[in-house]
Parts: sequence; structure tokens; C-alpha cells
Amino acid sequence: MQANVGAVASTMVQEERAHRDARHDRLFSWLLKGCALLVLASLLGAAGATLWGGRHAFGTFGWHFLFSSAWDPGSDTYGALVPVYGTIATSVIALLIAVPISFGVALYLSEVAPTWLRTPVASAIELLAGIPSIIYGMWGLFIFAPFFADHIKPWLTNYLGNKPDDGKLSWVAQHTFVGKLFGSDYPFGASVLTAGIVLAVMIIPFISSVMREVFQTVPTRLKESAYALGSSTWEVSWDIVLPYTRSAVIGGIFLGLGRALGETMAVTFVLGNAMQFSASILDPGASIASTIANQFSEAAGLQKSTLMALAFLLFVVTFIVLLIARWMLRQLAHKEGR
Amino acid sequence: MAGNSSLYLRRRFTNALALTLSTMATVLGLVFLAWILWETLRQGIGALTLKLFTKITAYGEDGGLANAMVGSFIINLIGILIATPIGVLAGAWLAEYANRTRLGESIRFLNDILLSAPSIVLGLFVYTIIVLPTTALTSGNTTFSGLAGGVALALIALPVIVRTTDEMLRLVPSTLREASLSLGIPQWKLTTQILMRSARSGIITGVLLALARISGETAPLLFTAFGNNYMTVNPMDKMSSLPQVIYQYANDPGEAMHAIAWAGAFVLTMFVLLLSLASRLVLSRSKVSHD
Repeated sequence: MQANVGAVASTMVQEERAHRDARHDRLFSWLLKGCALLVLASLLGAAGATLWGGRHAFGTFGWHFLFSSAWDPGSDTYGALVPVYGTIATSVIALLIAVPISFGVALYLSEVAPTWLRTPVASAIELLAGIPSIIYGMWGLFIFAPFFADHIKPWLTNYLGNKPDDGKLSWVAQHTFVGKLFGSDYPFGASVLTAGIVLAVMIIPFISSVMREVFQTVPTRLKESAYALGSSTWEVSWDIVLPYTRSAVIGGIFLGLGRALGETMAVTFVLGNAMQFSASILDPGASIASTIANQFSEAAGLQKSTLMALAFLLFVVTFIVLLIARWMLRQLAHKEGR
Repeated sequence: MAGNSSLYLRRRFTNALALTLSTMATVLGLVFLAWILWETLRQGIGALTLKLFTKITAYGEDGGLANAMVGSFIINLIGILIATPIGVLAGAWLAEYANRTRLGESIRFLNDILLSAPSIVLGLFVYTIIVLPTTALTSGNTTFSGLAGGVALALIALPVIVRTTDEMLRLVPSTLREASLSLGIPQWKLTTQILMRSARSGIITGVLLALARISGETAPLLFTAFGNNYMTVNPMDKMSSLPQVIYQYANDPGEAMHAIAWAGAFVLTMFVLLLSLASRLVLSRSKVSHD
């Protein structure tokens, strides 16, 4: 009898304990799920908050907002064209410079460099990615922009632009759109091109480290087969490695583009913050992020709402670009069965 | 035969050209790295003085950055304290509870997007959900605060921590899970006391990386913590931070202000680089102990 009571009691204890554990497990999994949903909430919240903040601007200007280059706090009329153009122009320039260089870096680090050199050089390039963007901004403002104004810009305006110092137009400037692109009488280093170059330096480590990583996923068998048939290193890289990793390489490029579109500090310092449209990439401009950083604290009413609306546009565009990037990157991972 | 040898020569030439260009691209990247670091070192060390750490920004040219450093410390601390528990738990959910589910995959995907979302928009988000409501409560005095800045930075740190925790937990061998579960341990205990413990150094690395990432952030602080020329440790008060003061001083016309900005930039860069070095050390030491 005694032993039986003890056994019953101990089963009851065990059952109670099993129930308690199950309850705790349930609570714990809800807690965890709640935390994970916060990630979702912050993305939706950021989109929602900027859309809500920008409702006056969207309501007042309608679709015209996207295509108007007006920016006049005096008469309270604003258009998104100048900052949107500045954002896209700086990012495209950054990509045009950064993509070939990043490909070169990734190629060097995965195929060309002697093995002992690869890790230190890769770490050094990754160090570049760790430097805060404000440091790029300061370097751009105090070091690179003056250097650009003294050594690079005069050459570009005189040989390619339609406003050369001596008034003599070059053949390119006379006959092609290049003249407009490089024509400028703005004497300082801040310009769309300068911002594009600084952005390029910033995104090179991102793009090149993605490229390097995916280049390393190419099966050695595939590469060695090509080498055995007599291919050169370049032919293996261009005809074997690149096609195999194409989607991930494009993903890496879009990842860099996403960074470039949303970057604030590095751009604000070197873009010149001029709220007027100019076809020349040697003239100062404005990007969405730089406009917000410069004007938001002092803005009120419709101007503040306009800045919020711009932030919403930026967020949506960046979201789409990053979505494509991640999707492309995932393609290769699926191919590998990860 | 002549045709073949010219083809051969052309292929060799293309190859040599491509490899040379690729080497030059790498050298160019390293030149920019060296250029930026060298200028930060040169201009920063030149301007480094003791008063940088003892005087506050209210003195302007004769001042230092003491309040900005204290502010940065507090704002970063708030950011990390908010983001670490949430990020670790969310990462654990992704790795342990929702690894192959549709919701889990979507959140992992969206987390990667949040990782590179424009920080200035996240700043505006926090401005809308914290600064605006508290402003309405205090009858119209705009209530920028260190706390709002910390929340903004937490949003930036969160995806970094979620991702590393998720990745590190998935690296833990599943035999460990099976062994523990077969002993009858509830899953919450398994997650917190066994899996997280064995992935501890990886999770710490994630937190250090997140700290390195947020300590250089400027844009989201402009409309949340705003800035303050005086020393304050009250998180409900406006608060200055190192990057925000650097931004303000670099835009100032005064040469002396630029020198202080460079000194601040130097301190910031050193801090961030040391942090990323430390995170690498933590990770490499853990790898050794696992073997």
C-alpha cells in the first residue's frame, strides 16, 4: 500500500511537471515569435510612419510631386525630381565605378593572388567596409573634394565639358551629350560625380566580398576541367566562374546599390546640397537622404511632410532593390542545395 | 599554324591584361583604404589633446568632446541593451522553432533587408513613434531624447544580432539537441541553457559587430537624440553623440572646429576598428576551443 501511494504521488508530480514544462515551452515559443515579429513590425512601421508623415505632401502635390523640380520653401512648393535624380545619378555613377573594380578585386583574391596573400588582403578590404560612413564623408569633404577640384575636375571640364576655361570646345563636347554632362563653371569640388566616387569607394568592399564568397563556391572540378582543356585563368573566370555565379553576382551588385541609395553621411558632405536641377554631373546636387539630413530639423508643415514623403519613396525603392538582391543571392544558394 | 600561334598570343595577351587590371583594381582599393586611414590618423593625432576628453562642446573652439563621448556611450548602451535580448530571442526562434517554415523563411529574408535598409528612414520612423508623441504630451516642446536615439540605434543593431544568432545556433550540431531532448529537458531549457551556451561566443561576436555598426551611425541620431552642448546623463534629455558632433563641426566654417572634428573622427575610427578586431578574436578563439 505504502509503495503504491508513493508511486501514484510520483506520477502526479511527474504529470504536473510535464504540464508545467509544456506551458513554459508554449510561453517561451510565443515570446520568441513575438521578438521575431518585431523585425517585421519595424519594416512595416518604417514604411507606414513615413507614408503617414508624407500624406500632406502626397495629397497636396499628387502625381505631379514625382516630376516637379520645384523646391521653394518661400511659396511652399516642392517636387521630388531633384533629390530623386541626385540619388539615382550618384548611385549609378558609384555602380559604374565600383562594379568593375570589385570584380577585379574578387578575381584577384580568388584566382590571381598567391595563397598567403589572400587572407590579409581580403581582411584589409573588409576593413574598408567597417569604417563609419561619417569618416568617408569627412575624407570626401576635406581631402578628396579639394583634390578632385584641383586635379581631376579641370581636366574633365576642359577636355570633355561644354564650358571650358579657355572657351575652346573639344570635339566630344561639340558633337555629343558628353559636353553637357561634364560642363560646369562651379569652382568647388562638391558635385554629383564626387559623391558617386566616394560612394563607389564605400561599396567596393561590400560588392567584392559578396563576389569573392560566391566565386569560392564554384566547384573545383569545373574549373580544373576547363584548365585541363587549356583555358587561361581569365577564360576560366569569364566563361566558367562568372556564368556559374551570375545570379549571386547580380545580387551582390544590387546589395551595393541598396547601400548606395540609402547612404546619407558620405553623400551629404560632398554633394553640395543644391536644390536645383543640372544636367552636369560636375555641378552640385542633392540626394533624398542628404536633403532630409540637411533640412528636416528646421522644416515644418508641408516641407516636413515633403521630406517624409521623400523618405517613403527612398524606403520603397531601396526595399525593392534589396528584395531583388536577396532573391538573386538565394538562387545560387538553392543551386548548391543549401 | 601561323593562325594558331596568333590566336595563342592573343589569348595570352588577354589573360595577362585581365590579370594585371585585376591586380591594379586591388591595389586601387588598398590605396583608398590607406589614404582614408592615413588622413584620419594624421589629422586626428595632430588635433588630439587632453581637453578633448575633459571639456564639453559648449566651449566651441576651446572645448572638447567629453559630453559627446558620454552621450555616445549612453545612446549605444541603450541601443545594445534593447537590441540584444530581442535579437537573440528572435534569432533563436528562426533557428530552433521556424527553421523550415514559411513564416520563418520570410522573416529571415526580411531581416536581411532590414540589415541594409537606409538608416535615415529608421531615424524618421523613431521620430514618428517616440519624439512626436512625447512632444504632444509636453505641450509642443520638441522632446528629442537620448532614449529615442537609443531606440533608433537598436533598430539598426537588431538585424545584425538576429542574423548572427540564427547562423550560430544553426551551426550547433543536432546531436546536442537530440541528446538533451532524449533526457526529457523542455525545449526552452534546451534553447537557453544548452544551445545558446554552446553558441555563446558567436552570439557575442554578433553583439560586438552590431555595436561597431551603430557607434558610427549619424543619420538616425539627427532627429532623435538631436544634440546637446552640455553634459547630460539623463536619457530623457537631448543628447549629443560623437558622430553627430563630428557632422556639425565638419560643416562649421572654422578651422579649429575641423581639427576637433578630425580628432573625434580618429577616436571613433579607432574604437570601431578595435571592436571589429575584438569580435574576430572572440570568434577565432571559440573555433580553437571547439576542436
